[in-house]
Amino acid sequence: MNAMFDIAAGIAVLATVMMITRPSAVHALLYLTVSLLAVAMVFFVLGAPFAAALEVIIYAGAIMVLFVFVVMMLNIGGEAEALETGWLKPSAWIGPSFLALLLGLELGALAVSGGLARTAAAVVGPQAVGIALTGPYMLAVEIASFLLLAAVVAAFHLGRAVMRGV
Amino acid sequence: MTAIPLDQGLGLAAALFALGLAGVLVRRNLLFMLMSLEVMLNAAGVAFVVAGARWAAADGQIMFILVLTFAASEVSVGLALILLMHRRNSTLDADANYHLRG
Repeated sequence: MNAMFDIAAGIAVLATVMMITRPSAVHALLYLTVSLLAVAMVFFVLGAPFAAALEVIIYAGAIMVLFVFVVMMLNIGGEAEALETGWLKPSAWIGPSFLALLLGLELGALAVSGGLARTAAAVVGPQAVGIALTGPYMLAVEIASFLLLAAVVAAFHLGRAVMRGV
Repeated sequence: MTAIPLDQGLGLAAALFALGLAGVLVRRNLLFMLMSLEVMLNAAGVAFVVAGARWAAADGQIMFILVLTFAASEVSVGLALILLMHRRNSTLDADANYHLRG
């Protein structure tokens, strides 16, 4: 499975390089999403399917949606329409689409060739992670909940300031 | 099935971390700096998962979940701060936003 790892790692590095060199925020977000999907593929090949699923759901899903919403909120203005036509050019989306297509082909090849059982030397599944998470790492989960609560309170407070127009 | 060598996985993590650091240092737009920070946190998570896979233990994935929690809370607070800064002085330039008060 070394070839699978190499392809996914190459896509991750390439997409990250493209991300930090794009002038437009939306183009950078497209490449960042592809990079996160490639890292999820790396996790899958490494035998960590639960981490791969979390990477797709939380990083490429929730956090990217937050970024997209903020980019939308910051682009309210007259020049937004001119930018919109520029964003819809094929050169904007053909690169991320090509890299994502490579990742999809890789996933399809994995599924055809026998799936997860053959990808890694040892697969650490969701069950093992869950047992460890609710056993010896219970305190870490509590600390993470404190952190999330603090983040919710801070985001609410700052969001109220935005609403008041400070 | 052959396992992935440890140095390859850690090399990927180091490359992603270096790219994220370069992004933070080179870009002056706060949105891009936050995205590069995400890349750096993600690279740390990659290192954890690679090490966990090397010894076939669940601990690496648990540390990855904690890094994920931290990244989610960091990005929510960071994006709220970015919105506030944009509302105040209508620019996202990090060099223009150095007056934290007044």
